[in-house]
Amino acid sequence: MKPIEKMEKTREGAIGQTTGGKQDVRMRIAVGMATCGIAAGAKQVMDAFNEELKRRNINDVKTVLVGCRGACRLEPLVEITGENGEMVTYVNMTPEKVARVVAEHVVNGRICIDYTVGTEVE
Amino acid sequence: MQIYRSHVLICNDSTCAQLDSGKIMEEFGAQLKKNKLENEVKVLTAGCPGMCEQGPVVVVYPEGTVYTMVKPENVKEIVEEHLLKRKIVKRLLHKDMMEEGDTPAKALDDTKYFKKQLRIALRNCGIINPEDINEYIEHDGYKALEKVLTGMTPLEVIDTVKKSGLRGRGGGGFPTGLKWEFAYKSQDDEKYVCCNADEGDPGAFMDRSILEGDPHSIIEAMTIAGYAIGSKQGFIYVRAEYPIAVKRLDIAIQQAKEHGFLGENVLNTGFSFDIELRLGAGAFVCGEETALMTSIEGKRGEPRPRPPFPAVKGLWQKPTLLNNVETYANIPVIILKGPEWFASIGTEKSKGTKVFAIGGKINNTGLIEIPMGTTLREVIFDIGGGIPNGKKFKAAQTGGPSGGCIPASHMDTPIEYDTLVQLGSMMGSGGLIVMDEDTCMVDIAKFFLEFTVDESCGKCPPCRIGTKRMLEILEKITSGKGTEEDIEKLEILANNIKLSALCGLGQTAPNPVLSTLRYFRDEYEAHVKEKKCPAGVCKSMIHYVINEALCKSCGICARNCPVNCISGQRGEPYVIAQEKCIKCGTCMVKCPFKAIFKNV
Ligand SMILES: Cc1cc2nc3c(=O)[nH]c(=O)nc-3n(C[C@H](O)[C@H](O)[C@H](O)COP(=O)(O)O)c2cc1C
Repeated sequence: MKPIEKMEKTREGAIGQTTGGKQDVRMRIAVGMATCGIAAGAKQVMDAFNEELKRRNINDVKTVLVGCRGACRLEPLVEITGENGEMVTYVNMTPEKVARVVAEHVVNGRICIDYTVGTEVE
Repeated sequence: MQIYRSHVLICNDSTCAQLDSGKIMEEFGAQLKKNKLENEVKVLTAGCPGMCEQGPVVVVYPEGTVYTMVKPENVKEIVEEHLLKRKIVKRLLHKDMMEEGDTPAKALDDTKYFKKQLRIALRNCGIINPEDINEYIEHDGYKALEKVLTGMTPLEVIDTVKKSGLRGRGGGGFPTGLKWEFAYKSQDDEKYVCCNADEGDPGAFMDRSILEGDPHSIIEAMTIAGYAIGSKQGFIYVRAEYPIAVKRLDIAIQQAKEHGFLGENVLNTGFSFDIELRLGAGAFVCGEETALMTSIEGKRGEPRPRPPFPAVKGLWQKPTLLNNVETYANIPVIILKGPEWFASIGTEKSKGTKVFAIGGKINNTGLIEIPMGTTLREVIFDIGGGIPNGKKFKAAQTGGPSGGCIPASHMDTPIEYDTLVQLGSMMGSGGLIVMDEDTCMVDIAKFFLEFTVDESCGKCPPCRIGTKRMLEILEKITSGKGTEEDIEKLEILANNIKLSALCGLGQTAPNPVLSTLRYFRDEYEAHVKEKKCPAGVCKSMIHYVINEALCKSCGICARNCPVNCISGQRGEPYVIAQEKCIKCGTCMVKCPFKAIFKNV
């Protein structure tokens, strides 16, 4: 295989992993899990999302771990991207807050404004 | 009839009542009383205004302001801002009442904190899954490598890096393209590419964040560097205290090999390159390039004199290219978007962006990436959100234990390599510690010197003995026993160490002292002449006293004193026995009548 062909094939296999490109994923929940996030409790938040999604039998929403966005004091930080590409940032997340975010945002499409980043920084 | 200036209507419909409207009511009562507004503002319950999904709803008249989803803890703000200062609390407004710009940002990208930033090195951090190569590929990953291997000669790559104006982000700011060219020109049968991920500055975590959030960008850049200088083997020297970074690098190297971006015959082009990890044990000196390479060779991490420079004789005496993590992270973008694009960002002599870890006395601590030339004022007040508790900004420390401080009077200087050096500090790797009026600059200098004394490898006497002597003088000054000659001695010693130490660690160790002497000499003088610590930090020079007139003899201070040095009895003011006091300040914090003061 020529280099270009090989690259094209690899790229084809990769497309649609992160956003709505993939048909069966309508929403992506990215949990910041660099050292800062994990120290603030991101693992528990990630577990809570997975459990809550499983409990409600939601299969078209994907959780992923990501690195740090730099806003360390707001960790655990969670960013939810919908099909339209719009992103919402939730800050200071806890397993308790996760249940409401799943019920209101993931299921009913209503953003939990009082957990979003704008309540903490300008 | 009493006439009220404002009315607050709280919905007590069943939905809102479930959502704490009762508590909100109580809280309004308490807060109004606290602000002495109870005769000016009347609180009423009201029927449902029909916005139950956004309840509890609070309406303030005469303005007719509708606040939604109010929580008991928001009441204080509504009272203090709206009812007292007549400033509407925009972020709690019902969305129909918001004007453009009022809406609280829903996404991090829309905040002021983010808008002044420009993310090149951190472009993928927090966006992609670092453990999944496909996500990196989807974000243009390995495209630069493909472009280089299929259409550029090594010299063209080097030329691109040179034209971009990229300079080393690990501290020194040496032009990266030039370094690549030196390594390219050194002829030998074997050459190496190294990545410095030792990151030893206290408080710095820029490189860790890149490795944890976007490890493939480093692998891609090192492979490009390998092609450019003619090397087949790379090493990443990362500290063992970064276990998550190590794990994600391991995964990334594995995945890159499986996909043909690393290893034998990369992308079927005939070019081969491999990367291995080497774990450091966390010695600061191992971040210095010659010590780092000695450590990779399996020996004790000690520096050696330069020249020869690593590009001529590095690892195992072979030509070696060594760059910092953040330097590498810029490379793929420069290749893809072109050197002209990169050179258009920043200032004349400092191109692109710089990542800083901001900490200390600042509201938004964290990691930021800003175009070179941004001023310190913008960083601290626009991005950093200012100083907590309304305190005054005093200075910012850059460059960690090798750097110096920038006082408030130079806040509008653009941040770039050369201006920082002129100010007696340096860019360093990106630690930025903010200090407020409560920071003692002599104490700060002592803190950094303690660090270098601990971390000195001991090979050369100026660093091993000289920094220790400097620390002893600083200890003498901060404990109130210093003399004016001590300041002079300190200065002479500092300048001599700078000139005679073997490596960068010793040569830069006096910088925190020299720069605080330059801008805050009056504080040193206050310590030695008046035996006073103006910031009230150095314990030997402060004492706590109880103001007799304010003391109510409650005894709370005495009960909380950890060394039982406060005594007294009901009806008489309490007294602190100064000779026993350890100056912990607990009594001052605990006193309900604010009757205890710190005398400096
Ligand atoms: C005491 C000391 C510690 C250093 N620590 C680091 C470090 O942790 N990370 C780093 O990249 N460079 C560090 N440096 C700078 C390196 O010696 C070297 O200049 C740099 O890694 C070169 O990469 P660059 O040109 O990409 O900046 C240190 C230098 C000294 C003197």
